[in-house]
Amino acid sequence: MASSRESRRGADALVQDPALPPVAVPEAELQRESRMTLPKIVLWAAIALLGAVAWTMLAIVRGETVNAIWFVFAAVCTYLIGYRFYSKVIERYITRPDDRRATPAETKQDGKDYVPTDRRVLYGHHFAAIAGAGPLVGPVLAAQMGFLPGTIWIIVGVVLAGAVQDYTVLFFSMRRGGRSIGQMARDVLGKVGGTAAIIASLLIMIIIVAILALVVVNALGESPWGVFSVAMTIPIALFMGLYLRFLRPGRITEVSLIGFVLLIAAIAGGGAVAATEWGQAIFHLDRTTIAWAIIVYGFIAAVLPVWLLLAPRDYLSTFMKIGVIVMLAGAIVLVRPEIEVPAFTEFAETGLGPVFSGTLFPFLFVTIACGALSGFHALISSGTTPKLVEKERQTRFIGYGGMLMESFVAIMALVAAISIDQGIYFAMNSPAALTGGRVEGAVAFVNSLGLTGVNLTPDMLTSTAAAVGEETVVSRTGGAPTLALGLAHIMQQIGGGTAMMGFWYHFAIMFEALFILTAVDAGTRVARFMLQDSIGAWMPKFRDISWRPGVWICTGIMVAGWGYILILGVTDPLGGINTFFPLFGIANQLLAAIALAVVFAIVAKRGPSYVRWLWIIALPLAFTAVITITASMYKIFSPVPAIGYWANNAKYRAAQAAGDGSLGEPEVVEAVIRNTAVQGTLSIVFVVLTIVVIAVAIISAVNSIRRGVTDDGEDEPVPSRIYAPSGLIASKAERALEAQWQEHDAATGTVRSRGAH
Amino acid sequence: MSTAQHGLRSAPGVVWNRMRRAASGIRWYLTTLMGDRAYETYLAHQRAHHPDAPVPTERQFWRDRMREQDRNPGARCC
Repeated sequence: MASSRESRRGADALVQDPALPPVAVPEAELQRESRMTLPKIVLWAAIALLGAVAWTMLAIVRGETVNAIWFVFAAVCTYLIGYRFYSKVIERYITRPDDRRATPAETKQDGKDYVPTDRRVLYGHHFAAIAGAGPLVGPVLAAQMGFLPGTIWIIVGVVLAGAVQDYTVLFFSMRRGGRSIGQMARDVLGKVGGTAAIIASLLIMIIIVAILALVVVNALGESPWGVFSVAMTIPIALFMGLYLRFLRPGRITEVSLIGFVLLIAAIAGGGAVAATEWGQAIFHLDRTTIAWAIIVYGFIAAVLPVWLLLAPRDYLSTFMKIGVIVMLAGAIVLVRPEIEVPAFTEFAETGLGPVFSGTLFPFLFVTIACGALSGFHALISSGTTPKLVEKERQTRFIGYGGMLMESFVAIMALVAAISIDQGIYFAMNSPAALTGGRVEGAVAFVNSLGLTGVNLTPDMLTSTAAAVGEETVVSRTGGAPTLALGLAHIMQQIGGGTAMMGFWYHFAIMFEALFILTAVDAGTRVARFMLQDSIGAWMPKFRDISWRPGVWICTGIMVAGWGYILILGVTDPLGGINTFFPLFGIANQLLAAIALAVVFAIVAKRGPSYVRWLWIIALPLAFTAVITITASMYKIFSPVPAIGYWANNAKYRAAQAAGDGSLGEPEVVEAVIRNTAVQGTLSIVFVVLTIVVIAVAIISAVNSIRRGVTDDGEDEPVPSRIYAPSGLIASKAERALEAQWQEHDAATGTVRSRGAH
Repeated sequence: MSTAQHGLRSAPGVVWNRMRRAASGIRWYLTTLMGDRAYETYLAHQRAHHPDAPVPTERQFWRDRMREQDRNPGARCC
């Protein structure tokens, strides 16, 4: 009975105002447009062919070296095909947008939070919100397994998983007035599933902030140049904040340009400062000191008003993000570096690589999270963006297309990182526990790995360090320094030569630190907000955001949470990044599993005709569930101490009990026991929460399908009264409609203001 | 006056006009993306939907907006 109107809740009752031009391209016209004509077939065959050639060069030919341009072609052609074909399947069978329906931006329009925004602007806005340091770090670490596994996962994963998640979460949140993923989880999964989802997001936030902070600490340790230039971002941001508040409110682009110039000056000046005696005395800091500085900074930044520090730095980082990504893409295409890294290394199989431990399956898929599939995006896709979407059909371009762009960033990061010498790569990314943190130790260790084509000499390491203005590059783990070196290596071929290596290196470090510090600050605020809300259930006073003691207490708790893990990571005798990074990936993929589980339950509720296509969501859900659960199981149960947290814990406990000093000093043994216990406990908590959420989602979906539910709980449809094209470039029919609207507006004297947020 | 108009229709004039249009397009994109036009958008909205409501100054608008962000923090991605 309901099948004709399943989940459209009377969408057929959407009667358009006859006084207006059409608000949607008619269905017949859409079908006519998507029909294949001969020129289109030729075009898509050419794209497919180029993509196939590129993949063949990467995966099958694999000569002595591979040119980086093939990575670009393989990625772009696959994205185009995924966007044109797969995302259309999702649009036709899963989301089924209807431009006759008004979006929340239209119905709740308030000129501030809900604003129908130009799709191209919103694309940039959404991209700037989802892209951070994640896609720049994971692929670099994963390069220890060779270039091919990471490349395949980033490109194929985004098409089938990451972009699917971002698109569907954005769409379903939009259909619910812009509800957050946490609220949707509560609505769809009930109390148990919803609570598990919220606890998981809170823990994930803490882990993510801690590991990102660890990346910055590792990049800045013993680096006076880096510390100086990153520290300068604070006064620069404060200046920008004051400028916007008191001098010229609203001139954001102007102040960002000023900030950018100051930033470049700080990077250039950093080299000179680091060369002076006082510069060394003030800015040469060890990693523990920097970690404490970031903890103190994180607390202060999260309780200061937004306008003073967070907002201006956010503007600066948006500005840099878009600029640097365009620059890097251009540079890779211009320079086309030859890649000498093999397609696979033995570490893919043995799982005993020094950068992070674990075999290709499942650890590759948790190491590269952002760029292929990032659960964190569900928070963004269900936050600001759905409140700004002008027309329903634009969600494919913004959600799916935005994630493709992030994947491209990850590919470029991978290319930059593998364009450096493999010996230097391993010297930089092996923990100090293995290299001793010294050039000789690193050379001996890396050469003992027995990798073909690797012949590291002490001179290579010292000259690289000198070129980038660092004391040493040995054991600079965390991915950021490696990427910075790769970027410097590529950029100096375009401008400046080796003399500019130091500048480009520190430019890249600063660029990543800027993102990460913003993420630390914003993450602390969001986590504090969630905590205040949760405590507020028992003590209503905590919900009052203007009650400062509540703000301070909750901020303190959250900073203590990530600060504790950060300090554990910095002082970890076994390394830090190699032991903690898997938790970051597991946490992020876990959030993806939760988001996809929510989407899965929603789609199952939409009606029988949707159930046939439920595999589109089930595929990435099952995959991320399998990898997170398997990875967690390895981390909990593996008997290999290098992989299993508890196995390592038992090994050090036994040594402690036996008084065996072969594993290190008693403090070292104690630290390992403590760290592995924390890591192991977190692994257990994560895996239990994931299983609860997925189980609840599956039960809910099965029930919905059995009962033949046709109502997924979205908002009542409201007829739209505006029109805008759906994709990047308007089609012929869309342009004709736009012209009709322009005529109509001119005749009626309507002035529309769109696009700002 | 007429020669100036004629001049704009000549080849360099066309190129110049195109470049100006491209520059203003980039400027529009960047300023809209960064949020410079938020106040303008809000004013336009208020004028169209609540013409009688009092309008804040630009300074006040940004203060309110920042206070709102203090109350409702948004996540940044990793």
